[in-house]
Amino acid sequence: MKLNVNGNQHDVDVDPRTPLLYVLRGDLKLIAAKFGCGLGQCGACTVLVDGEPVFSCITPIALLADKQITTLEGLGTPERPAPIQRAFIEAQAAQCGYCIPGIMMRAHALLQKNPRASEADIRAFLEPHLCRCGTHMRILRAIHRAQAEMTPANAGGSG
Amino acid sequence: MRPLKFALAFCVVLAVAAGILAIIIARWPAIAPIAPPAANSFDPASVKRGAALVAIGNCDVCHTAPGGRAFAGGRAVPTPFGSIYSTNITPDPETGIGRWSKAAFQRAMRFGVRRDGAYLYPAFPYDHFTLVSDDDDNALYAYLMTRTPVRAPPVPDRLPFPLNIRLVMSGWNLLFLHPGPYRADAAHDAAWNRGVYLVDGLGHCGACHTPRNLLGAERTDLKFSGGEVEGWTAYALNELSPAPVPWNAAALRHYLRYGWEDSHGVARGPMAEVAGDLHLIPADDMRAIAMYVAEQMNHAAPERDVVVQGVERQHQRGQSGAAASGDGQANALRATDTKNDEGAVTYAGACAGCHEGPRALPDGGIDLMLTSAIGGPSANNLVNIVLYGLPATEAARAPIMPGFAGAMNDAQVAALVRYLRARFSDKGPWTDIAKSVHDARSRARFPAASPASVVEPTPSGTAQQASQ
Repeated sequence: MKLNVNGNQHDVDVDPRTPLLYVLRGDLKLIAAKFGCGLGQCGACTVLVDGEPVFSCITPIALLADKQITTLEGLGTPERPAPIQRAFIEAQAAQCGYCIPGIMMRAHALLQKNPRASEADIRAFLEPHLCRCGTHMRILRAIHRAQAEMTPANAGGSG
Repeated sequence: MRPLKFALAFCVVLAVAAGILAIIIARWPAIAPIAPPAANSFDPASVKRGAALVAIGNCDVCHTAPGGRAFAGGRAVPTPFGSIYSTNITPDPETGIGRWSKAAFQRAMRFGVRRDGAYLYPAFPYDHFTLVSDDDDNALYAYLMTRTPVRAPPVPDRLPFPLNIRLVMSGWNLLFLHPGPYRADAAHDAAWNRGVYLVDGLGHCGACHTPRNLLGAERTDLKFSGGEVEGWTAYALNELSPAPVPWNAAALRHYLRYGWEDSHGVARGPMAEVAGDLHLIPADDMRAIAMYVAEQMNHAAPERDVVVQGVERQHQRGQSGAAASGDGQANALRATDTKNDEGAVTYAGACAGCHEGPRALPDGGIDLMLTSAIGGPSANNLVNIVLYGLPATEAARAPIMPGFAGAMNDAQVAALVRYLRARFSDKGPWTDIAKSVHDARSRARFPAASPASVVEPTPSGTAQQASQ
């Protein structure tokens, strides 16, 4: 079946029940999304489907015909990182980094929808993600940094 | 002239109605405000008893706004007539009940009347609370009056005319309120009477589990036949219970205490909040409640016993879990016979990993042949749970499930729900699935997926014994 990932059409020949994560990592070699729990409970596999964050480990590709899938690779490149990626690098938000791609995707989705998200909004929205290294405070700082960059009008007031 | 006659008749009717109303109003004078009593003026034993009673009555659930201070009110209670906002029942003198005397509190519980004599709305279930004994009212009062006062002005209700005139409740009360404390039935023992007293009184189970008439009163002729509340179906607690495995008192005790039970599933929506309180209640009271409710459901149709096999499978799955980590995928293949069905493909890819996986509740998903959500009267609960999942419970070992609102469009949810109904229940197809999905998605029916925030953590290893 056909999958639209990061704006590119891919023809994949796999069982329609296959989780999106396996197709991304195994077939398309897009390895930013991680296999964590495989049960939709840790958030490491999070990607966007039509702008909404979903757990790719429990999303069969049968559900994804005619939908736009975005992975971390689709936001920016090492040479030209997206604001959320640049903010995470600058805030040194990653410790081991395993959970970070998923968190960046959900944070990106939130800021796209609600650029003025409050601290409480951000915390509530990121609730589905686990980080065992304990870099939560740096992650929050990175998201605020990205927020300031993505909404310049806001930047002055939120210092 | 006819219009004149009509106007005259109208005036007469009005005058008579006003007269009746005046008589009714006269019954409820304001009760003089008191100086807020000092916390140490209450007997600690009474305060402690009040804490358990408040848990049975779930006072905190409605009287606390999401993220707000406990008992400070302000939570919207959606009704078919409009939204009613819960009041501040902390002892704050200006915005709470700090100036309410014991007599004023007791009158509110028994007759649904405020300290100032105005009528309360039965969103505050005084039609149940009227059964509460004077003694228990005093303990409730002692507990509430010793809470931290919170200044929180009331939020105005959103009710249309004429319901926004509180006086209309006098008529409702004449029709539907049978005031007076519970009188024990001598034909039954003390435990049974305790069960009825708690379930029908303070516990107000019927407020959700009994259907209501057009005036919003419970249909006493259909007691416990199931109702709709806040976008969720409250299942029947009588012989109409849709539980594939008939409930018994032991299963109910586990469910009410921990918020889940391995052959019935997980409390969700408003019921999660109810279960969140009930671990605080004395064991004898829990026993009495479970015994009485189980008795109401006792006439389960014999053919339902067949499904008990499903429980055994569930137990086997739980016990062999550790060794069989690959089982999930092997079991998922059970769905291959219906490969071309969109819902079957979704089930195999999105659901079976947990619901046919090696772990039993609360760590894995329930076998879907055991859940009432699929055999229930409406698709609402199943749709809510597919879209919004079971949110994580803070600091507790309780079941969680991811929601699929982002991954599935309405048609895909509907296909899945249709498939689950056909595969896991013996009931005919639901006809209202599309509307149910649309309503839940548009929040037309407020399916709050509240976690049970203070549910008692399930101790390891008790899951299996508790329901046996």
